[in-house]
Formats: sequence, C-alpha cells, structure tokens
Amino acid sequence: MDPTNVQNPDYFHKVVDCQWACPAHTPVPEYIRLIAAGRHADAYMINWKSNVFPGILGRTCDRPCEPACRRGRVEEEPVAICRLKRVAADMKGDVGNLMPKAASVRNGKKVALVGAGPSAMTVARDLAPLGYHVVVYDGDTRAGGMIRTQIPKFRLPEEVIDEEVGYITALGPDMRLGQRVDSLKQLLAEDYDAIFVGTGAPRGRDLHIPGRSEAAESIHIGIDWLSSVSFGHITKVGRRVIVLGGGNTAMDCCRSARRLGGEDVKVIVRSGFEEMKASPWEKEDAIGEDIPILNFLVPKEFKHHNGRLYGMTFEKVKAEYDSRGRRNLVPTGEPEQFFECDDVLVAVGQENAFPWIERDIGLDFDKWGLPVLDETTFQSTNPRVFFGGDAAFGPKNIIWAVAHGHQAAISIHQFCQGLDLKDRPAPVVDVVSQRMGIHEWSYDNSPSLDLRFKVPHREKTAALKDIKAEVELGFDFKQAVAEAHRCLNCDVQTVFTEPACIECDACVDICPVDCLTFTDNGTEDDLRSRLSAPATTLDQALYVSAPLKTGRILAKDEDVCLHCGLCAERCPTGAWDMQRMIINVAQAERVCCSK
Amino acid sequence: MTFIVKPKLHHPDLHKNALGFTRRDYEGTISTLCAGCGHDSISAAIVRACFEMDLPPHRIAKLSGIGCSSKTPTYFLGASHGFNSVHGRMPSVLTGANLANRDLIYLGVSGDGDSASIGIGQFAHAMRRGVNMVYIVENNGVYGLTKGQFSATSDKGAKSKRGVINSSEPVDLVAMALLLGATFVARSFSGDKAQLVPLIEAALKHEGAAFIDCISPCVAFNNHEGSTKSLDYVREHNHAVGTLDVIAHPQGAPEHDSARVQLITQPDGSVLRLSKLDSDYDIHDRTAAMHHIESRRALGEIVTGLLYVDPAPEDLHAQLHTTDKPLNSLDESVLCPGSAALAKINASFR
Repeated sequence: MDPTNVQNPDYFHKVVDCQWACPAHTPVPEYIRLIAAGRHADAYMINWKSNVFPGILGRTCDRPCEPACRRGRVEEEPVAICRLKRVAADMKGDVGNLMPKAASVRNGKKVALVGAGPSAMTVARDLAPLGYHVVVYDGDTRAGGMIRTQIPKFRLPEEVIDEEVGYITALGPDMRLGQRVDSLKQLLAEDYDAIFVGTGAPRGRDLHIPGRSEAAESIHIGIDWLSSVSFGHITKVGRRVIVLGGGNTAMDCCRSARRLGGEDVKVIVRSGFEEMKASPWEKEDAIGEDIPILNFLVPKEFKHHNGRLYGMTFEKVKAEYDSRGRRNLVPTGEPEQFFECDDVLVAVGQENAFPWIERDIGLDFDKWGLPVLDETTFQSTNPRVFFGGDAAFGPKNIIWAVAHGHQAAISIHQFCQGLDLKDRPAPVVDVVSQRMGIHEWSYDNSPSLDLRFKVPHREKTAALKDIKAEVELGFDFKQAVAEAHRCLNCDVQTVFTEPACIECDACVDICPVDCLTFTDNGTEDDLRSRLSAPATTLDQALYVSAPLKTGRILAKDEDVCLHCGLCAERCPTGAWDMQRMIINVAQAERVCCSK
Repeated sequence: MTFIVKPKLHHPDLHKNALGFTRRDYEGTISTLCAGCGHDSISAAIVRACFEMDLPPHRIAKLSGIGCSSKTPTYFLGASHGFNSVHGRMPSVLTGANLANRDLIYLGVSGDGDSASIGIGQFAHAMRRGVNMVYIVENNGVYGLTKGQFSATSDKGAKSKRGVINSSEPVDLVAMALLLGATFVARSFSGDKAQLVPLIEAALKHEGAAFIDCISPCVAFNNHEGSTKSLDYVREHNHAVGTLDVIAHPQGAPEHDSARVQLITQPDGSVLRLSKLDSDYDIHDRTAAMHHIESRRALGEIVTGLLYVDPAPEDLHAQLHTTDKPLNSLDESVLCPGSAALAKINASFR
C-alpha cells in the first residue's frame, strides 16, 4: 500500500466516526470534553455553529453519530452523544453574548426563504449575519416548521423551539409568518437575488383500502393529526386506537394517542419489527408506554357500521428474499386477523408536494415529483432557486435538513457574489499536539470503563397524564460528566513520523487493542489479513507508514483504536504523537464557524 | 513513566486459549521502565509464549534479582507467583524453591549486571547443577539504573553514550552456559519476537537448565552509534542459525531429520522443529556450538537462535534422587518418619 496521506483532512475526519457520520459534521468529541469540564456554554456554541438547533436535536435527532461511535465497537453501547448535546443545552445558562450579532450593514442582496423549518432557518442563520436581506415566508404563524408541528411536546417542549428559533430571528431576518407562498412564479418576479425552498415533505401518504371513505371521520393522516394535536385543535382520541406504520411518526402518533385518552393503543406494521424505520429507542419508549407493536400485518379493510368505524382486518404475511436480496412480503395463507378500534392513525409515509411551483418557470422535476438538483450545490435547473431539507431529496430528518441548509447557504452566497458554485470553501482544520509532559496529555486519555448511562424518565403515570410533560428528564451534572468520560476522544489523532521510528516494538506491545503491526508491505487485502489482529472492518482505514529503516512498514488499523495515547507514551523517540484535530466544515463565509 | 492503567478494553476478536484466558490475562501492571526499553518487548514475548502454551498462570513462579531486568516480572504474568530476591541471588533462591516444589514452572529473569557481575557465581552453579528452569538474561550491556556505565557483557571497543571506549573483554554468557553444562542454550534479540517467542516456548518445555541470553537494547543509554547492543547494530550483525517452530501437537506422519531440518522430541510429546540456515550445524553438538559462536564472533557477527539442546537432559532432582512430589504435598508421617528412621540413618554413618 502507498503511505497514507494524513495531510488530506478527510483522512483524520473519518477517524472521528461520529463527526464524519453527522450530516452537519458537528465536532462531537470536542464538545463532549467541554461538557466533562463543566463548560456547557462553550459546548453549546460548538454545537450551535454546526447544527443550529442543539436543544432540539439533543432531544429529537436521529443520531447517525451513535451507531458510528467507536465505543460501540469495543464495548456494548456507544456514547450517549445525543443526550449529552441536550445537557449542553440544558445547562448552558445565558449564551446571548456569545451569539453573532445582526449585520450592521446590509450587503444589498435579497434572498427569499420559503418555509420556516430547520433547513430554511439554517440558511437564514448563515446568511443574515453576512448582511443579506433575508425574507422568510411560512404559512404557519410561528416559525419552526415540522419541528413545531409534528414533534409532540412530551418529546420537545415548546420553550426549546422558541429559544432556538429566537436566536435566528434575532439576527434580523424579515419573518413573514402566516404568509403562505402560493406561486413561485410570482416570487421570482419580485426583486429577490435568490430563492431557497425549504417546504419539507408536507403530505402524509394515505391508505386507499375498502372502508376508507365511509369511515373517514375516524381515520386520520398521522402528520396532520400530530399537527392538530400540537396546535390544540385535537384534544382527545378514542379508547381503542390503531396506528398504521413503522416510522418515527407512527411512534409519535401512538404515544400522543396514549395521552389523549387512548387506553388500548397498538401499532401495526407491514414489515418485520426489526426492519421498522423507527429508531430503536423510539420503539423502546412506545413499548414502555404499554403500546404493543404487531408486525407482518398488511391492512385489508376498515370495518364500519354505516360509517362508524369498529375495527380493521389484516392479512398475515412473511418476508421472503429473492436471489438479489430484495424482500417480498408474501401472504402466509392464515385467516385474516381482525382488531377492534375507534380511531385509526395512518402514518405510512410522507410525500413531497409542490402544487405552488409552476411547471413553466424552467424548474425541472424528476419522475418522482422531486426537483432536479445539483447534489453538491442544491441549485435547481432555475439558477436562482435552491432547495434543501425534505423538499430537496425527499423525507429525511432534522440534522440532514440543517446540513442541506449550510450547503445551500454557501451556494447562495457564492451565487450572489458572482463566484463559482462548485468552488466550495475548504474546512477549517486546527491541529495541536496534546503533549503536556513526558507522559501527560491535555486530554483525559484513560478511558472510563463505565457502561452507558440511562437517561432518567418521568414516572409513567405522570407522563401519560399530560401531553406537554416532557418524558425524558435529561442527565444531571454528574451523570453527564460520567457519560462524557466514556468518549474515547477520537479526534485526538495518533500521528506517526517515520524518520523518528527505531522499530523498538514498544507501541505494538502496549497497544490494548492490538491495532499496530510492523510488517512487510503488501496490498490492502493482504495486509488486513496479517496484522496483529485481523482488520475485518473494511470501511475503517489502515494507516500505513512509508518504509522504515528495516524496510518494513508500520500499519495501524483505525477500527478499534482507543486513542489512549499509550503508543505515544511508550514511544522513546516521539515518533508517535497525539494531536487534537478539530475540523470545522466550512459554512457560508466564516461568520458562524470562525473560532 | 506511564501513569494510567492500561485500559481493560480489548480487541473484540481477542482469542482465548484452551484455558479460556486471553493474552491480556497474562499481562501484569503497566511497565515503569523507560519508554522503548527492550525489556518490555521480552515481557510481551513471555506473555505471548505462556498464553500460546495454555500455561495456567498460577503454576508459574517468576523470580528475579535486582536491576531494570529484574523489575520486569511485575509487568507480566500478574496472576503468577513472584519473588524479587537480593542482587544476583535469583539462581539460589530459585534452586531452593525448585527443590521444595518441583511441580511449578520456574522462570528466572535476570540482567547482565545481575548475572554477569554480582551474580556470576550463582549463574554458573545453577547452570552446572541443571536446575529445571528457564533462565533469561535481558542483556543490554549497560547499567541503566545508574545511568549507563559499561556492564560485564559490554564488548571491548564499544563506545558509551558519553564517548568512553570500553577496554575490557566481555563475558559471553552463552559461551559460559555451554561450558557449564546447560542443556538448552539460546541467544535472541528483543527486537525479533518471531524468533524469541518460540525460543521461550521451547525453553519452558525443556526439563533442565534452559538458558536464553536475550540482547535487549537500552534505548536510554545504549542505543547510539558505536554501541554494539543498539537496535541498529544487532539488526545489522545478527546471524541466526535457523528458525524454530514449536509443534505442540504433531499431526500426520512423523517428519524425519534432514540436512536442513532437525527435530527434537520433547518429553511431553511436542516437537521442536529447527529449520537450519547452515546444514552443517548440529543442534546436539556442544563443542561445535562453541566453535560456531566463537568463529562468528571473530567475524563480528552475533549468533542467535537455538544453539544447543541436550536431547536427554538430567535435572538436579534426578541427580539428587529427591522425592518426585512437592514437599507441600507430603504429609507429616512422610516428612517426619520418626525416631526409628532417624536411628537407621545414624546407624549408616557409624
């Protein structure tokens, strides 16, 4: 193998699995260290710069970082990254003076944002401080988009949304709430230099099976129902409720139903329990609230007496996989199953809908009804129009919407300044050796052996009584410090300097996870098979040195490295060093990501 | 010195041996030696050998004297018996322990100061008596604990870190061990675990005095240009007689000696398979071994590998006709046979 080029910022960025997995590339270990140090406000600001909504995401994020967490590969469970983010938000105190100020001088460019959800608000946050005249339109009277309308209050209190949306509105965007945009053509005719569309995936998919129209009064589309609950238009539900669907919306629906009078609430899904789209912890929380999840049942019919719904029938199926590994649900031939119910919530997916975008304005749509976009710049075929969030590539989640918002903001900025959109700004990389003494480091290099701590929950009967009572109480100070110590500090990189190495084997002997090997060079497959411990996780890189004095190379399997620094402590010549590498992915100019 | 405890977290695919232990279970506490010390590599090799041989840690006794090398037993086999004796007196303490309990596996760890200077007499007598033990000398050619003065194994003409040239002849412990009747003699290098680990395994299986002189560069005081015990010098001048495989459970048709391969069947049925680089070399010929070492030394080479094995070793217990059981397993009536037995013994002297 050729020697690894560690000058490429992506190499060490990938080693920080959590940050690499985060769509917004939040520097996770850095803020976790700050939480351990009790510096919650600083931890919050690091989050805020990257993901804009730390308090909201600390409760609701889909957490792509956690399955990626290295801790999950050397121990049972990853670090509770998401809930530590919430700790930073809960304990930060007043951060008003740390926020960027509204631009004192306008730059003369005017940008319209359609929608006030997470992607558009991210664009507003990135562009407003640069002096852009940002105008935000939303049909709802309060900003936040799906964060406000679709996430139940027992998971995300309203104050948290108000606070974090408030930090953005304080930057001076022109908030035109309650003004739904009905025609993009008209908007294009106004004097905007660019337009960003962040209207989400606002249409819940329906289920057209017999009885649907007759019993319509008791059958509700999940996201619409959640939104009505959120705005207080719906305050109760029948005693027996069936929720159809296996995603997070279904989990929010069933748990909301339990709080609005539903005593016998069940979730029924077509797929198997394991393949459900809902996050494992959301399924766990639903089951914990006495909500059974029944799987492999395909809805057949809504049963009703003259329009009064009394139950549903389902066909039992099983999963069969064809030669290409694709799943087919095949009927088992068992008799249909019947479940009684008073209400049904349909949460079987969401769709994009752009009835307000005219098809003759040079903006192309693909066969799935999604806009044709450049995947890097988010620019549509109408150069002045950019998309982001669920409106761009279909339903994803909040953190993806934020990531899109940052990228779209860069594009809009380049576009308005007459710069090349493809010329994306490079990440800001900061490398510092952590050596403080011969065997002392400026980070806590001894990994804690604690298992993952559980976030305390509100007592169940109290939680089910009040739909606004937040279920998760968050870690307290001590639990947060203990959980933070589980972090392996993967951003403190093992950096190897070939000329200094005397091949004494000290690093190989001390490594607790056998990730180092002096050996003859070979192809990657060959090397992977003959290291101290076989390197079988193929998406984890091998760090390969240039040839050493004996002609051998040093290979490091990044997979399970604990970043404990023992290789560097036991190295007599300083060939190994532990260097903290903070990577801040670029945002529109540097107002928000500057240090 | 490293202050943190070596993390208990380990590779998810870490193997277990026949006893259900992982290699990590054979480690000791974290080393307090200088970073990069060759001794730590030897400790790691001992850990690996004991793990691979499925040795129960509580059946091993590790004894040492004084010095950097003699500190190392703390850093391996944390669950074994240990005795840190007076300077240079490891061999006599070990001899006593062995006579009292012959069932344990004895590992004596010493250094060039401990064995070639203050304890040279002890070393000599343990070898000639044939104490059943593995005697490892971690040989770095300097007194590391007192900041790098020449030791008795420093080569004549070698340069110290401060530029002084050594004017005395060195003690070659391998040559002495051969001369004194050790029944297993090897030399190795801390920087070559592929060679060292099988040697330690073979020595542990040997039922007699097994001696390994392991050159172990002192990174702090003897790893410079002009040193003859530096990593670079030993790598450049290393002349291995062959490579050794320890075959614990030989399978298939038995292999026979050939020009290139010499086989030694051990008392427990395992086989040492020596692939020789020089077909004339006979592993059972003590005189030839001494000649080979000396002639290569004259050429400036350091001969390493398994140099001599006695195919039928006799240990101290056999010479003394001692009881075949450890003393702690004998009950009072056997240990104290009574006045009639005493009278009989006394009568034999009259």
